[in-house]
Amino acid sequence: MIPSAFDYHAPDTLDEAVALLERHGDEAKVLSGGQSLLPLLKLRLGDAGHLVDIGRIPGLTGITEADGYLRIGGATREADLERSDLIREKYPILLDTAAVIADPLVRNRATVGGNLAHGDPANDHPATMLALDAEVVARGPRGERTIPITRFFTGLFATALAPAEILTEIRIPVPPPRSGGAYVKLERKVGDYATAAAAVQVTLGGQGEIARIGIGLTNAGPTPIEATAAEGSLRGRQPDAAAIAEAARLAADATSPSADRRGSVEYKRDMARVLTGRAIHKAVQRAGGQ
Amino acid sequence: MATHDVRITVNGAPQEGAVESRLLLVHWLRDVLRLTGTHIGCDTTHCGACTVLLDGEPVKSCTVLAVQADGREVQTVEGLEQNGTLHPLQEGFQQEHGLQCGFCTPGMLMTGRALLDRNADPSEADIRQAISGNLCRCTGYVSIVKSVEYAAAKLREGSAS
Repeated sequence: MIPSAFDYHAPDTLDEAVALLERHGDEAKVLSGGQSLLPLLKLRLGDAGHLVDIGRIPGLTGITEADGYLRIGGATREADLERSDLIREKYPILLDTAAVIADPLVRNRATVGGNLAHGDPANDHPATMLALDAEVVARGPRGERTIPITRFFTGLFATALAPAEILTEIRIPVPPPRSGGAYVKLERKVGDYATAAAAVQVTLGGQGEIARIGIGLTNAGPTPIEATAAEGSLRGRQPDAAAIAEAARLAADATSPSADRRGSVEYKRDMARVLTGRAIHKAVQRAGGQ
Repeated sequence: MATHDVRITVNGAPQEGAVESRLLLVHWLRDVLRLTGTHIGCDTTHCGACTVLLDGEPVKSCTVLAVQADGREVQTVEGLEQNGTLHPLQEGFQQEHGLQCGFCTPGMLMTGRALLDRNADPSEADIRQAISGNLCRCTGYVSIVKSVEYAAAKLREGSAS
């Protein structure tokens, strides 16, 4: 399949990229790893007169801790997350997530920023970033701004990014001691979107109670979902079986999945419940709790 | 029609030419360079038959623009054989019956190559994980895994002697 004709730009700097996006307005799209955009263009489900490839701009990749944040460059590849010792040792939730995105070949091209900026509720990083309470850094014509992830996903394939803004970095607060996280996904096969998936990040208090918790859900509605009622039910409580079951039930209540070949609404909602329970359990274990 | 001049090293040899923006890497390899060893299977980023190495990493060449490969290095299945001698992976697929119809084979070989470049002694789980983006619909994965194991052993033997 061949996409409709477009022009391709490979700017060397962010300023140049932003200027190209401004100049071409609605006609322009940012090309990062291209693993969602190019299939859309090939299938002609999407259209673009101009692609602005950010893949040759220096400084948009990297995984580092600085000033209390884990900073992931927007164009960092999923495969780089999988191979990072820092991620493996300190952010297992991100390793869980990267390892189940599409397949290993796609992950050699696909980028973390693209996974978020595409605004697809079936993508895996949005739920994880909700659980981690991340921020997204965007660069546009009026400079740089930071967008809390809770305000980033505004609708189906829609985000808070302005048309000429580029997602340059993801910032995740470095978790305090006794923190842990997990991403648990049910998929029919490697490369499939989630039937349902849950991301959970916890920090335990001195008595083993839940001091902080974030719960994000994948492919459970028109946008990625933060299960705030479920989070609230666990905060300050011991994560025993009854409390986890209650939170998992509340998380399922927050979903509004649609039926497709992956299952019925009822099935998906129940899988969101089961997976949330498992993810909480695993996150608590990783945080050093029971 | 927007075109771009590109210079891409393919199997060690520099190739130059003008490409249309929308030209996919797989079409450039097959239709322009006539390197038809790289197959087009699903054309929707699922099957991995079109796998080539881009700067050493296996990628689906149906989901990369040719212009994105400008200045980079591409390796295709045609580059495995050296001076008439099959690569140990090719020999392995022959010896261990790693193919029947052969359609997925170029992709399997290139993914296998990238795996062995990174990991000289992969476990069965490592191999299965590495090829999880390459679909085979006839041989079955057991023989393919054995073929990669054969190549790994042969390459280790070669580097030990």
